[in-house]
Amino acid sequence: MNTGRAAGRFVGAWRRLLAVAAKEVRQLARDRPTFGMIVGVPLMQITLFGYAINFDVRHLATVVLDQANTSMSREVIADLEATQVLRVVWHSNSSAEVDALMREGRISVAVIIPPDFERRLQSESRPVAQILVDGSQPTIAGVVGGLAAMPILTRHAMGAYSGGKRMAPPRVEVRTLYNPEKRTAVQIVPALIGVILTMTMVVFTASAIVRERERGNLELLIATPLGRLELMVGKLLPYVVIGLIQVTIILIAGRLLFGVPVVGRLIDLYGAALAFIAATLGLGLFVSTLAQTQFQAFQFAFLTMLPSILLSGFMFPFEGMPKAAQWIAQILPLTHFNVIIRGVMLRGAALPEVWPQLAKLAVFLTFMLTVAVLRFKKRLD
Amino acid sequence: MNEDAISARGLTRKFGAKTAVDHIDLDIPAGRIYGFLGPNGSGKSTTLRMLCGLLTPSDGHAEVFGLSVVKDAEAIRRRLGYMPQRFSLWDDLTTEENLQFIGRLYGLGDNLKSRIEAQLKTYWLEKLRAQRAGSMSGGQRQRLALAAATLHAPELLLLDEPTSAVDPQSRRDFWERLFELAEAGATILVSTHYMDEAERCHGLAILAEGRIVAEGSPRDLMEGVSADVLEVEGAESTGAVNALRALPWVHGVTQLGVRLRVLADRGTPDAVGKLHAELRRLGVEARINPTHASLEDVFVVATRPANGNGNGNSKADAA
Repeated sequence: MNTGRAAGRFVGAWRRLLAVAAKEVRQLARDRPTFGMIVGVPLMQITLFGYAINFDVRHLATVVLDQANTSMSREVIADLEATQVLRVVWHSNSSAEVDALMREGRISVAVIIPPDFERRLQSESRPVAQILVDGSQPTIAGVVGGLAAMPILTRHAMGAYSGGKRMAPPRVEVRTLYNPEKRTAVQIVPALIGVILTMTMVVFTASAIVRERERGNLELLIATPLGRLELMVGKLLPYVVIGLIQVTIILIAGRLLFGVPVVGRLIDLYGAALAFIAATLGLGLFVSTLAQTQFQAFQFAFLTMLPSILLSGFMFPFEGMPKAAQWIAQILPLTHFNVIIRGVMLRGAALPEVWPQLAKLAVFLTFMLTVAVLRFKKRLD
Repeated sequence: MNEDAISARGLTRKFGAKTAVDHIDLDIPAGRIYGFLGPNGSGKSTTLRMLCGLLTPSDGHAEVFGLSVVKDAEAIRRRLGYMPQRFSLWDDLTTEENLQFIGRLYGLGDNLKSRIEAQLKTYWLEKLRAQRAGSMSGGQRQRLALAAATLHAPELLLLDEPTSAVDPQSRRDFWERLFELAEAGATILVSTHYMDEAERCHGLAILAEGRIVAEGSPRDLMEGVSADVLEVEGAESTGAVNALRALPWVHGVTQLGVRLRVLADRGTPDAVGKLHAELRRLGVEARINPTHASLEDVFVVATRPANGNGNGNSKADAA
């Protein structure tokens, strides 16, 4: 008898929860701008980040001042261009003009080959050519610096030139694992899953709950048999599904547009995404207890988003940050998710192999939920 | 067991330093329409919210169907329908969808479809079934809100200023529905600041500053008013009105077109003669007749400042 009643209560609670979820989905489907954002935000982000952000610098505008003008000097220039790092847009014959072009910002790199180029090749002590780099742009100097070490400009590699275009291998071989072509998209897309989920989940859930309060619906809801937990879970449930849809959109777009592979198993990937979605929903719930209006909810959401993007290792390597920033990053779920998702997607890690990060997400979720539920109760009074 | 649907003793609610409801007692019999009449901020909404478990009382206790509003809030909720002051259904859902959702919250299950059809019929919502609430008029929304609040056939209905955004014809229709519901056995507690609505209630409590200042049936309240009402015709100048208000035995003067209603201390000897004298002093000749007290007169007398003998609209007297 008693267990029957308990089961009945559970069924009742479950039905009310589903009623809330169904209502939320229906409203969401009618809210065109929001619905558009669910699909639009991931697509826009992946296009922007995938194409525009490129840590892998190529095709730098270059001027060539070839004072030697021999067949060998022309061959060297052709080889430099073949690396695709440089793109020769100008041939000059005065160093004054080279200086002017550099100052005006029309070129980033200048290659200067002195008249005695071939004689210098025989000599140990003098550099064979000069590459001028615009140091005012952050990443360019480093990239071009790598060029100077290319064998074509060293005396020892001379032999390669008599044979044609093939370069001699450098003496130290550097191989990049998991992303052999060092394409930025491969690094960005997995982390983008976390960034996009952070953006949409926190905003959606926070505003979904605040909206009921703002429009006065909450007052009616509290007077019905609907429980607080039923209301909260019912409202969040649709967003879990939406989060998973977004993950799928990013994966498909990443594959089609940038050829980003999924090395690990899909089940691990979606498992990781679910854990992260839960953590961000917890954060959204917490934000909803702080905000009185949807506008405030948006501002709070942005407040959590910026540090997430900057400190989580999404754009800047975690190791390079000062200690304080690293501690803050430890609080952010995105930091841990980035480790997990890169592991699963690119290195083929299984979930048990990234358990420390999963545990941190769980701690974060527990904390947020506890605070949110405690605060939510208070607020209704 | 209590025979009253609602009983309260010393029910109090404070918000910080402000006391919104100040030790009120209630005994509301079942099957009646009971009204809360009072100005904004008199504690009507706060009392209703405490009765439906939205707010916890700061002091005192209240029972609904003999169940404590604090401890048994869950059990009470199933037997209670609440219509907040502000339209609280969903603008982006249709009539039918709103009712479906509310019905599912109350676990109406198998009966839901037929219940919704019955409600659509009763509240003239059949043509609006596929219309979204956001695009409805005030009267239509109010019918929908009442249909939602009564969908689960509650024994007690709490209505917080249900007709404040509604035209007169809709108000009349609305009250007809309320009488039908009361006939069917429901207890209805309705707050209002309309005198004509208050007059239609079986029982009435007048609230001011969180206290019940008068209670009874509208008729008893009007007959038992502690003032004589005099109707003055032909003295509507501001000077005359102010002069009458300044008289120590006058509670208040209300102007109705060319007539003034003067509330005098009950049993003031020769009040008519004294008014004539005062008006003649200003060179005004008026017709003065004693008349019956209206509910508004009751309200004015009941909500006047405690120290009495001043005029009805002077703020200084309240201090």
